[in-house]
Amino acid sequence: MTTESPVRTPRPVEELDRVTIRFAGDSGDGMQLTGTQFTKTTAVFGNDLATLPDYPAEIRAPTGSLPGVSGFQISFASTDIRTPGDQPDVLVAMNPAALRTNINDLRQGGLLIVDEDEFNAANLKKAGYPLNPLEDGGLARYQVVRVQITRQNELALEGLPLNTAQKFKSRNFYALGLVLWLYGRSMDTTIKWANDRFKRMPDQLEANVRALKAGYNFGETSELFHSRYEVAPAEVAPGTYRHISGNEATALGFLAASELAGLPLFYASYPITPASDVLHELSKLRNFGVKTFQAEDEIAAIGAAIGAAYGGQMSLTGTSGPGLALKSEALNLAVMTELPLVVIDVQRAGPSTGMPTKTEQSDLLQAMFGRNGDSPVIIVAPATPSECFTMAIEAFRLALKYMVPVIYLSDGYLGNGSEPWRIPDIGELPRISWSYAGPVEGEFNPYQRDPVTLARPWAVPGQKGLTHRIGGIEKSGQTGDISYDPRNHHTMTLARMERVARSVADIPALEVQGPSEGDLLVLGWGGTYGAIASAAEKARKAGKSVASAHLRYLNPFPGNLEQVLRSYKRVLIPELNTGQLSLLIRGKFVIDAVPFNKISGQPFKIAEVEGKIDEVLGLTGPYELSFGGAAVLGGG
Amino acid sequence: MATATNGNIITEDLPVLTRKDFVTDQEVRWCPGCGDYSILAQMQKMLPELRVPKENLVFISGIGCSSRFPYYVETYGFHSIHGRALTLATGLKASRPELKVFVITGDGDGLSIGGNHLLHAMRRNIDLTVVLFNNRIYGLTKGQFSPTSEMGKITKSSPYGTTEIPLNPIRIALAAGATFVARSLDRDTKHLEETLYKAAQHKGVSFVEVYQNCNIFNDGAFAAFAEKDVRADRMIYLEDGKPLRFGKDGQHGIRLNGFQPEVVENAAADDASILVHNVNQENTILANILVSMDYPDFPVPIGVFRDVDHPTFDDLLQKQVDDAMAKGKGDLGELLRSGETWEVG
Ligand code: SF4
Repeated sequence: MTTESPVRTPRPVEELDRVTIRFAGDSGDGMQLTGTQFTKTTAVFGNDLATLPDYPAEIRAPTGSLPGVSGFQISFASTDIRTPGDQPDVLVAMNPAALRTNINDLRQGGLLIVDEDEFNAANLKKAGYPLNPLEDGGLARYQVVRVQITRQNELALEGLPLNTAQKFKSRNFYALGLVLWLYGRSMDTTIKWANDRFKRMPDQLEANVRALKAGYNFGETSELFHSRYEVAPAEVAPGTYRHISGNEATALGFLAASELAGLPLFYASYPITPASDVLHELSKLRNFGVKTFQAEDEIAAIGAAIGAAYGGQMSLTGTSGPGLALKSEALNLAVMTELPLVVIDVQRAGPSTGMPTKTEQSDLLQAMFGRNGDSPVIIVAPATPSECFTMAIEAFRLALKYMVPVIYLSDGYLGNGSEPWRIPDIGELPRISWSYAGPVEGEFNPYQRDPVTLARPWAVPGQKGLTHRIGGIEKSGQTGDISYDPRNHHTMTLARMERVARSVADIPALEVQGPSEGDLLVLGWGGTYGAIASAAEKARKAGKSVASAHLRYLNPFPGNLEQVLRSYKRVLIPELNTGQLSLLIRGKFVIDAVPFNKISGQPFKIAEVEGKIDEVLGLTGPYELSFGGAAVLGGG
Repeated sequence: MATATNGNIITEDLPVLTRKDFVTDQEVRWCPGCGDYSILAQMQKMLPELRVPKENLVFISGIGCSSRFPYYVETYGFHSIHGRALTLATGLKASRPELKVFVITGDGDGLSIGGNHLLHAMRRNIDLTVVLFNNRIYGLTKGQFSPTSEMGKITKSSPYGTTEIPLNPIRIALAAGATFVARSLDRDTKHLEETLYKAAQHKGVSFVEVYQNCNIFNDGAFAAFAEKDVRADRMIYLEDGKPLRFGKDGQHGIRLNGFQPEVVENAAADDASILVHNVNQENTILANILVSMDYPDFPVPIGVFRDVDHPTFDDLLQKQVDDAMAKGKGDLGELLRSGETWEVG
């Protein structure tokens, strides 16, 4: 195979609105890289898009095994889209294990591209296939395209001073080239990236670029594909765009908060999936005055963050569910000492270790109640990967104004998922105002509250005349001294609650998409936004009276929430947990909200929410989630 | 006041402070006769000598009798949660290196529930002064055995005697690489004040174990060697550069026999085999030999075991920031626009 293609067969071009592709292979096959490169190219092309990486839990599962399969899904469209797609239209399977764990998700009639060279006896056995699925007719529901990716890649790399194993590593570029051709995408973005990435490895660079071009040209010259596809650019607001993942947006958002407030950022964290990326990102930013601290454990991380908050810094700690559990006692110390602190929880499937690489929304009640005593905190939750940026700023705006810890609930789906993001002008971001305590006459009382916000003064070491003692033990609201006075504890507890309740004045009203009253409101929070908003929109297009609303503020709730809830005959609350927001809504408003719960480690599909909407509207019988074959295999 | 940007606090015309300036209006709530009183008094006496404005001093404690300490010192104070004082101190010092931060802990707080943090604060060499009150008992919770209680000790939670080997805090600090390690005694007020002062002057982590008598739940834990009348014979004062001698007239000494220390009774004044103490050694072999000496076989050493200079965690972190900023302060707008971007008209 050469990069020159003598024969060029013109192929009909089919226009599509939206396409969903899943790249799946062994975790050593570079599928995340392939997916990311395709995503970048697609973003530069101007499609709206959303992605969902799906990593195996094991870092080094045996090659070719089912647990070792790594996937990356991207959905792109000529219109506004909010999810990485329910069902792939295209599946690229680099080996039998990848086929086996993903094939049940491919839509009927979808395109299946396989590396047929990898369907050998050993790999078939590892994937648990008694017979070669490419031969036994079991794939008749799909358009199967068998490509000798391994062999063709090796041919393309002939003459390079690389051994077979090294050459094998370029297969993903071959596959990428092929898919780029299929959707009429240019190779420029990837070649540019490769030039930079492999600057110091000229042989690898040459190999990858050759493989990429070989794959592309193979699409062009072979007769395997009946047509090419085109997805026109989407209409989006003017501006400068980039591609951003939720965890990147989280890190940048907290940095922006620090810049907007003019307070140095201190980030203390302990490595934990899927939150570690935030630590990686912030660790690079010393030139912004950011100090990061990788602590010896989760408790030390929040302890250090409390120390820095006490020292007057913009202080942040980050973790996932199990880490939040470890941090809870110290978080309570921040509640008691009324220090501004933000805790990031990139939620993952629990309980206990659960499924670290899979998403879930099951820490809401832990965030609300997972501490001893009556211990209120503010809770915010971004709804999309790019919104992780704005909600990070919100978290600190509230923490500093109300002198209260804020929990920021992201999740694995948001953190690892990505989308195009219109880069904001710094000038359009909100300012964050804060102040240290002013000078006082006589004894300083650390609990002298602001009459409006009930925030206590932030007196930091180094301030003259304000030496004082705080701690986890109850203090007198009058003097700041230790107090066991019954009335004092009663009023201090209420003041801590009331302070959080009053922050509602600084929280925007809940917005509704769709009719302002009607048959059904679908209410969600966090990373389920895409599926919920899309499902409700589809229902409206079908003439149903369905609105949707998404909570970014979980404690306190927006001031208009009750009025919104009471404007619809029914309220449906889809969540990736067993009904945690439902419990809060039912408990607080005594409204018979209908929970819809999925706890599979996977996000909602639009069709699932649609199915449940129809059930609640009485249009169909009871709706049941179906997990297909993937769940049986423990993969997906 | 402190600026938000970690700038150095200006110590303009520092008034001369006295012990009284460091006394709060809080009623001290320790049991009468508790060794904690002496530690508080020596600390309050020592603090003015540091010549640091009191608003730049911070005391952070965990939970336990000793951890009430910050309420009684007229500086900034934080009475945190069980075992975690070092974590708060680390975050404070890392973000505000210009502050002088003390950590007050006990044998339960610092070695049991907070043991992990102790190891890591020591190895990081963060510039903190850590004072561990060792009374070999849980006092606040009314008398359970602690990680430093002697094997077989009968307490409320060990009516049949404990079945565990105690920890030696000095050995832990040395093993974790602490750059200043010392031991002192509540009753030896002069030695205690001096030791606290040396520890506070040390740049880097300093660890001071104070033998502290809990007269309610473990009275006389150190009496066998620490009572005034027997101290000279049963304890040995470590002094840098001086031979390891003890006894009322310094008549006994310590020498090495292979890797073992041994007591030389009535050693000649010029006995060259007597070990000479040296606190500045990088390796901790001598310090570890000394820490292995315990009553009744040996006199119990007090004083400074180790005092070496290493770069501190807080300085190194600050330097990374300063160096990065000197190369060009980050521009948020630019950062947001970094990587692959595209324009939509
Ligand atoms: S219980 Fe013991 S350590 Fe605690 S205050 Fe009383 S005497 Fe001191």
